[in-house]
Amino acid sequence: MKIRAGVVLLAFSAGVAFAAQMSVQIRDGKVRATPSQLGRVVGVTEYGAVVQAGDLQKGWYPVTTADGKTGWLHVSALSKMLFSMRAGATDAATGASSDEVALAGKGFNEQVEAKFKKDGKLDYTWVDRMATFDVDAGRIEQFRTQGHLTGGAQ
Amino acid sequence: MSERSRLRTVLVLSLSTAVLFSGCETVAEVGSQVAQGAGVITSSQADSITRGAKAIGKTWQDLTPEQEYYIGRAVAARVFQTYPPLDRPQANAYLNLLGQSLAIFSDRPETFGGYHFLLLDSDEVNAFAAPGGLILVTRGMLRCCENEDELAAVLAHEICHVERKHGLSAIQQGRLTEAFTIVAAESAKQFGSEELASLTRQFEGSVGDVVMTLTTSGYSRTQEREADAAAVGLLRRAGYPETAMITMLQRMDGRLADAGGLGFAKTHPSAKSRADALRPTVKEVKSAPDVARQGRFAAAMGPIMAGR
Repeated sequence: MKIRAGVVLLAFSAGVAFAAQMSVQIRDGKVRATPSQLGRVVGVTEYGAVVQAGDLQKGWYPVTTADGKTGWLHVSALSKMLFSMRAGATDAATGASSDEVALAGKGFNEQVEAKFKKDGKLDYTWVDRMATFDVDAGRIEQFRTQGHLTGGAQ
Repeated sequence: MSERSRLRTVLVLSLSTAVLFSGCETVAEVGSQVAQGAGVITSSQADSITRGAKAIGKTWQDLTPEQEYYIGRAVAARVFQTYPPLDRPQANAYLNLLGQSLAIFSDRPETFGGYHFLLLDSDEVNAFAAPGGLILVTRGMLRCCENEDELAAVLAHEICHVERKHGLSAIQQGRLTEAFTIVAAESAKQFGSEELASLTRQFEGSVGDVVMTLTTSGYSRTQEREADAAAVGLLRRAGYPETAMITMLQRMDGRLADAGGLGFAKTHPSAKSRADALRPTVKEVKSAPDVARQGRFAAAMGPIMAGR
């Protein structure tokens, strides 16, 4: 028993030692209980948030968020490049220094969209409406079961 | 010319020159050295730009998912000017359910704003994938699908264009070089009016490049084949028969011949050649269509296909 506890402790510290900082590169990074897009959501990380990520396993990183939640994020939700939310200053929480340019919110952003929309008199009504078309994991599972789509593999 | 715009002009010119001669490797370094040599910027400004541009990137592959999201929204808004959305909540809800059931099996299930699907009120046979995951399907394209499996094949193909960022690859490099340079030179999150005007010009140009590719010139033949092959894998992972891709293409081939080469035919290699290319890789399974899937497809899409 003692030996097993020791091994677990060792593995745990090794995991922490090798964990890499990664940042969330999508708007709502859903941290899931299992490495699956249908896994239960245990927490939501916001754009630019830094997480501690372990080794990549079949497209998924085991992560720990700043508020201590653990779970899984898909590789497409994370970036190795730090997205410091504040430019020009060292961010104590993320350790990002002024050497890392603040990328979040820069370049083609909300401000550019607003000007583009106004100058070109473009109508975004349907673009915004499309963004509200959301489907939760429960509905997808139901749709798959009803349609006998159980043969698939993630 | 103001000091700022002079700086930018020198930078853009020197960066463009650097792209030509350095094969993109040390663009920022060369660019800032040239600008520094021209006496436009100080050595510390040059260092800062070199550092910034290194972090920000050079090509369409370096656009962040957030920037891809804003480009995609603008592309969709521009497509809607020619192809009006079809306001049918039940049909669009079904389309999104089907689309999401595929997208979760994609190699890139997470994009900045997520995948969303919408029908377009047009008889032209066409489908568009705006960068970031806004996927649009015309009524004409819907009519090429006899069942849910074939509509899944259409959506899978479009999801694979998003996954591989084929839309973004259409953006002219010069626009991105200028945009990245502005971003690298600016430390503030809010741009000044001059920078904003210039960035918006590059944005508008980039959006135009993508829209032109989606609606007029088409992706490259290689990109289409890549999306077809990836779509077969996606269908398989999601539990749909791979053969749906081939039967859909065959039906499309017939419809396109009737339409006299308009719409999709203009922007895609012939459906027949695509089906022929896929055939050796597809597992042929002869089975009757699933009754439950057939029923829900007919209920949601039947009226739309009939033009009601």
